[in-house]
Formats: sequence, structure tokens, C-alpha cells
Amino acid sequence: MGAPRPQRPKASIAIERIIEFVIRLSGVSAVFFVAAIFFFIFREAVPVLWDPDFDFAEFLFSKEWYPTSVNNVRYGTFALTIGTLSVTGVAIVLAVPFGLGAAIFISEFCSPKIKETLKIVIELLAAIPSVVWGFIGLTVMSKLIVSVTGTAVGVNLLNGGFILALMSVPVIVSIGEDALKAVPDSYREAALALGATRWETVFRVLLPAAKNGLLAAVLLGVGRAVGETMAVLMATGHAVQIPHGLLDSVRTLTANVAAELGEAPAGSSHYRVLFLTGVLLFAITLVVNVAADLAVRGIRRK
Amino acid sequence: MTRNRIVTTLALSGAFLGGTLLALFSPGCGKSGGGPAMTTIQVRGSDTMVNVAQAWAEAYKVAAPNVGVEVSGGGSGVGIAALEKGTVDIANASRNIKPEEAERAKKNTGKEPKEFIVGFDGLAIYVHKDNPMTEISLPQLAEIFAEDGKLTKWSDAGVTIPGASDDTIIRVSRQSSSGTYEFFREHVLGKRDFKLGSRDMNGSKEVVELVGSSKTAIGYSGMAYATPAVKILKLSAKPGEPAYEATVANTISKVYPLARSLQLYTLGEPQGEVKKYIDWILSPAGQKILAENGDVPLNPAGATK
Amino acid sequence: MESVTPPSERFTRTHQVARRERAQTVAKWVFGAMSLAMVLPLVAIIVYLLYKAWPSLGWEFLADIPRKGMREGGIWSAFVGTLYLVGLSLAISAPIGVLAAIYLNEYARESWLNRLINMAVINLAGVPSIVHALFGLGAFVYGARFGFSILSASLTLAIMTLPVIIASTREALSAVPRAFRDACANVGATRWQTIRAVVLPNSISGILTGIILQVSRAAGETAPVMFTGAVFFKAVSRGDLFPYRLGDQCMALSMHLYTVSTQVPNVKESIPYATAVVLLGSVLLVNASAIVLRIWLRGRKKW
Repeated sequence: MGAPRPQRPKASIAIERIIEFVIRLSGVSAVFFVAAIFFFIFREAVPVLWDPDFDFAEFLFSKEWYPTSVNNVRYGTFALTIGTLSVTGVAIVLAVPFGLGAAIFISEFCSPKIKETLKIVIELLAAIPSVVWGFIGLTVMSKLIVSVTGTAVGVNLLNGGFILALMSVPVIVSIGEDALKAVPDSYREAALALGATRWETVFRVLLPAAKNGLLAAVLLGVGRAVGETMAVLMATGHAVQIPHGLLDSVRTLTANVAAELGEAPAGSSHYRVLFLTGVLLFAITLVVNVAADLAVRGIRRK
Repeated sequence: MTRNRIVTTLALSGAFLGGTLLALFSPGCGKSGGGPAMTTIQVRGSDTMVNVAQAWAEAYKVAAPNVGVEVSGGGSGVGIAALEKGTVDIANASRNIKPEEAERAKKNTGKEPKEFIVGFDGLAIYVHKDNPMTEISLPQLAEIFAEDGKLTKWSDAGVTIPGASDDTIIRVSRQSSSGTYEFFREHVLGKRDFKLGSRDMNGSKEVVELVGSSKTAIGYSGMAYATPAVKILKLSAKPGEPAYEATVANTISKVYPLARSLQLYTLGEPQGEVKKYIDWILSPAGQKILAENGDVPLNPAGATK
Repeated sequence: MESVTPPSERFTRTHQVARRERAQTVAKWVFGAMSLAMVLPLVAIIVYLLYKAWPSLGWEFLADIPRKGMREGGIWSAFVGTLYLVGLSLAISAPIGVLAAIYLNEYARESWLNRLINMAVINLAGVPSIVHALFGLGAFVYGARFGFSILSASLTLAIMTLPVIIASTREALSAVPRAFRDACANVGATRWQTIRAVVLPNSISGILTGIILQVSRAAGETAPVMFTGAVFFKAVSRGDLFPYRLGDQCMALSMHLYTVSTQVPNVKESIPYATAVVLLGSVLLVNASAIVLRIWLRGRKKW
């Protein structure tokens, strides 16, 4: 009875269908891209595994990197892996206390106005491109290190570690601050009501409550440091050796790929080994990121 | 009402994307419509030659405004590898093409690589300007740089560096498969490999900069890269033989032990704009730029006039 | 009765309370100093770079092409190249990123697929830039045969910066209250009608913020473009607004900074610094505008 329910034109319904389809497609695109990244680097890397010159154990555990030797080609990345680990280690040792300290200060100790300013500063710090960091390492930091320590070469482990620390601190601060913010205010109120000082609240209540999130912050900082390329390429001195001190030059996995990819003829074993290094890096960051995500999920579920 | 909002939203994003796309695609159409067509010449290869190639490209833009030359470095090996695949017009190389490379290029593209020698360069040995050493021999260099080399301290070579607390020799090298690296390995180390732990720089300039900022360093690079902070050592083929400076004259007469030619490679006989470009490089105008860049022209008397 | 201390005395400053308060003050200052330790480098870097770059800085530096073997002159060719790369990568990643965020926020339910997509976005953001470079080289330059070109480089950049757009668009979308959507659905609108009539108009400025951040990220990246389409030098006429075509290679500001600081001998000292200042300046300016936009939005929000 009455007028029939107004119907939308067929065309409009069809358009809506198409749009929704495109939306769904874009939604899964991220999965597609990650799969594509893995597929393409793996595809370029994999033929080398059957190359008679190539030995996977040597790739992982030999410290001899002679990709273009005339008489004995050796693809050992152990020194490079140690290079990556040592630079990351230095960076994390410097960045974690400062990053978490700043996160605590921003979240618990300062006035809203200072908080706002600091957050902006951190955001800007995070925005500085890595090549600019590398440039700073190459010019400013290296001179500073030479004049302070009297060492011969200023581009070294310490330089790279310091630059990386400055690069990963913003990640640690912002994720750490999120983790602290996620702790319910009732925890803070309860602690204060028991007569705890603010510091005691932080130390005894908030840090234990937010420990998963803080762990995630540190892990993501590590991920950032491991994957960084241009800055370490320019600041670490680029020497294939296992460092014995902070002032030794090192070469990292990422910098090695960046330095040699441009010149390894496409399709050669050298080129493929560089892609294999890429697979290794991809796997490392995958593990770090998934671990960080699980840690965050841990606090959400509670 | 809702329709208005959609329109605004879509118009906003549409205008945004459209604007970007327009900005990007219009040049292609615009250029073909009016004025002479732009030609691009792709040049890739040797890091030693990248600066002179850049200077040529820059000057040639003035000589022939309708040609844009793209210059990439990477190393002689990369340039030749790209040539093999036919993805560049000109490959720069500071070493000669290897027979197997020429073979591959012929197999892939059906064309024989053609060589043009465009100049000469002496591979100079750099030390810090405060280093009292004045000359070095090839075997000494090999002992410093080679895998099982014995020379690790300056005192072993009989040199005291003033004001250096630690006289360990800091070896500054190039990343593997740059033409300079291969040339040095072939002519200095023979069949031996480099000793690991050297600072392997990405550019000739970086080598010289690092040597200039570190009193105990030694490195090698094209002679065009000298700066006031470094000193070029005289070089002898064997200890006891006379040592020669890396000068234009010594490079041409080949008495300097590490002299080499710089060359361009094309696939087959170059055509059209590429041919004009190479002719221009070989002309006095192009050779003058090479000389200004610090390399040795084919005919020094003619080019410097 | 005597054993209970009178209340007033319970709150007096005993020795112990004083010590705890001291610890509190110390902690506050230590953490404050740590925060300050992050402000200082930022300020110091900017001031130092500006000081060193001063002799070269000026309009002329931006508008002129590199001259005398890149030892003098300006950075026009690199600056325009960066605009091309950023513009094209934006044109690719903005629509995909915004739509993906709409899917994740409006369509996806808690399911394994949704978890997988989230994981993928997180990983896409965490993959090292050099791995993106490898991917670009393998997939676009050689795989799709685009060669070393602006197209390959932009595609690589687009995929790399996708997570930035997805994350900030999602944030903007989820800031629109649930009730808005319910109200719209209750008058019979379909999901897409709700999105375009209510959700998008209310979050468009937040989405713009994300797009701005993508610009800053893309402009600063070096490694991914270095192996896919950026060159050491390309001869360009001064003042040419459209020097590149899609299949050409181009110069990029970030790569130019790398080359002038590592590969060009005897360059005028202020030139690399000035290049760094222009790169850093444009990135920070773009970021600052995103921050201003966000603050302005927050002040204007009605719910």
C-alpha cells in the first residue's frame, strides 16, 4: 500500500559495488606488497644457492668478504653481521636510557605545554632524512671524535652508533610514551593514594605495568637501527673487519649492499649474494617487528 | 547535501592527483609539440671518470641544448655490464673491457662494443701532507695492501710520522669492482687479494678526504683528485729504480708505473646524437674540459692551447 | 591511646620522607635532562648547518643548476628531480593508502585476514630502505623492464611510504565517533554511503596530514632511489620546469647531497652544507606544516 519504496538507480548500486571492490583490493594490497618484496628479492637471490662457488655456511660464518677476487671468490658476511650488531648495540646502549627517560619525563613529569613542545621536537628529529644524518656523521661528528679522542679516523663504530642512537631515540620515545599512556590512570591514583611519590609510582607501578610496551619500543628502535643504510654507509668508515674497540671502523650489512649493489653486474653471483643479504635483513626485521607487535598485543589483551 | 560533500571530497582529491599527473605528463607532450625533440644520452660507469663525464655533460648542454646527458657512476664494471644489456648508450671505463664481457655484449645485443680512448690518468698514491715519505715502490705498496702483506706499521717502512701516537698504517681503498680497485689489484698486487680491514670508500674523493684528515693513512685514487691536505708520492716500479711523479708528461711517456687510459665504450658504431657527443668529447673543446678536470688529454699540447 | 601518633605528626617531614622527595626531584631532573639531550642535537645541527651553509644559501642556490663540475652553482636539477619523484610516488601511494585505511577501519572485522594485513603494514614500515631498493631493482628495473627511470624510482618510493599514509589515515578515520556512523546507517544509508557522506568529510584534514607526512618521508629517502632511477648528474637547462620525462633518470636532492659530499673533489665547502640545509629545511617545513594542521584541527574539533 502507498507509494513503493524508492529504489536507488541500478547504476549507483553498480558503482558502489565497484568502489567497495577497489577498497577491498587496496586493503589487501599491503599483504600483496610484502609478499612481492619477499618474492622479488628471493627470486634474484635464490640461483646463487646452487652456484658451486657458493657455500651457505661460508656466507653466514666466514669473515672473508672477497666478492670480486680473481683467484678465490669468497662471500663471507660474518664480519658484516658483527658490524651491524656492534653498531646497533652501541646505538641501543646510548638510545634506550635516554629514550625511556625522555618517555617517562614526557608522560609523567612535565607540564602539558612542555610535553607538547617535546613531542614536536621528537617528531622533527624523526623526520631528519638519513642521508643528512650520514652527512653530519661524515663532517661534524668525525671531526669531533678525532679532536676528542685523538684517534686517526673519525668515521668509526662510535660515530655510526651515535648517529644511529639519535635516529632511533624518537622511535623509542614515541612508542614508550604510548605504552606509559596506556597504563590506566587508576594505577597512578592508587599509588599516589598510598603515599608514593611520583618517582616511586613510575618505578614501582608504571614501569612494571607498561613493560611489554616499553619492550616493543626498544625492539622497534633496534629494528630502525639494524635497517638504517645511508647514515651508516657514510659514518662507519666501511672497513670489513671485526671491531676490537669503539674507535675501529666497521661495515654493516646494509651499507655493504648499498655500496656494492650499484656496481655488481646484474645476474652475477656477487649481485645475487647481495640480494641474499637482503633476504637476511628482511628476515631479521620481520622477526623484530613481529616480536614488537606481539609485545604490544600482550598489553592490549590484559 | 550528501552529494555536495561527495563532490567536495572527490574534487579535492581529484584536483590534487590530477594536478600532480598533469605536471608530470605535460612535459612529454609539450616538448614533442613545440621546439626540437629532447634527446637523452645515458652514460654509466667508472667512478674515476664520473667527474669528467659530468663536466662534459654540463658543457655539452650549452653546446647542444636539445641533448640531455645522464651520468651515473657505480664503477667501470657496472657501466660495461649495462652496456652488455644494452641499457646505456655509453659506458665509461678506467680499465679495458674483458674479452668475456665483449663476448656477452655481442651475444646479448648482436653488436660489438667499440672503444674510444678519450684520455689518460695516472693512479696516484696519496698520503697525508705531514707524512715525511716522498717515494714508494710497487712491491712496498703490495706489502701494505695485500692479504698477506708484511707492512702494517709506518716504522716498518722506515718512516716516522710526526705527531702520531699510533703508527699503524691506515689503508684507504675503494669498494670492490670499481675500475680503480681492479686496476690497482692487477698492477700492484698481481694475483693477490686485498687485506681485509681497509677503509673501502665509495668515491675517489672520499679516499682523498680521509687520507687528508688522517696522518697515518695511505690511499690510491686518480691524480685529478689531489687536495691541499694530501701529498702524492713518487712511484717506482722496483725498489732502487728511479721514482716518477704522477705528472701529465710522465703519464703520457708511461714511465709512471700506474698510468692507464680512460675510455668510452658504445655498442657498435655510434649513431646520431651519441656520435656527435663522442666527436665533441674528442674535439679540442672536450679535451680541454678533461685537462681542466686534472686528467691527461690525448694530445696535451693541442688541448691546453 | 598514647601509642597512636596524632594525625598531624604523621604527615610531618620525617627524614625518610625528605629522602624520598629528594629522589623524586633527582629523578625529575635526570629525566628532564635526558629529554633536553634530544632537543639540543636538533637545535645544534640546524644552527651548525646553517652557519656553514650561509655563504651559499640564497634564492640563486635553489634556482641555478650545478656548475663547474658541481663544485659551484646551485641545485635546481636535483630539486626538481625530487619534486618529480615525490609527486609521482604520492599519486600512486595516496589513493591506495587511503583506500587501504578505509578498508581496515570501516570494512575489516577482527579476523585472520585483518591480522595479516596489520602485520603486513607493520612490516612494510619496518623493512629497511635498502631492501626496498633491492625490491625496486629486482621488480621494476629488471622485472617489469621499466629500466632505471623516474617511474621505477617513484613506484619503489610509493610502496615504501604506503604505511605512513595508511597509519595516519586510519588514525583520522577512527577519530570519527561511532555514533556518527550509526546515525547515518539508521537512516538507511549503505556502508559506502556512510563513508563518503560522513566519515570522509569529517576526517579529510587528518588524511591530508598523513599525505603531507608521506611527502616528507619520500623526499628524504636516498637508498631506494639511488638504485632505481636517480643519477649522479643530468644536464638540464637553468630554469627548466619540466626537464625530465617519465622514462628518464633524474637527479634527486638526497642523492645529490650524498654525491657532493663523497664524490666531488674540491667542492666549495659551503655547497654540501647548503644542499643539506635545503633538504633538511624542506623536510622539516613539510613536517611542521603537518603539525600545525593537526594542532589547528584539534582546536576545531566539535566532538
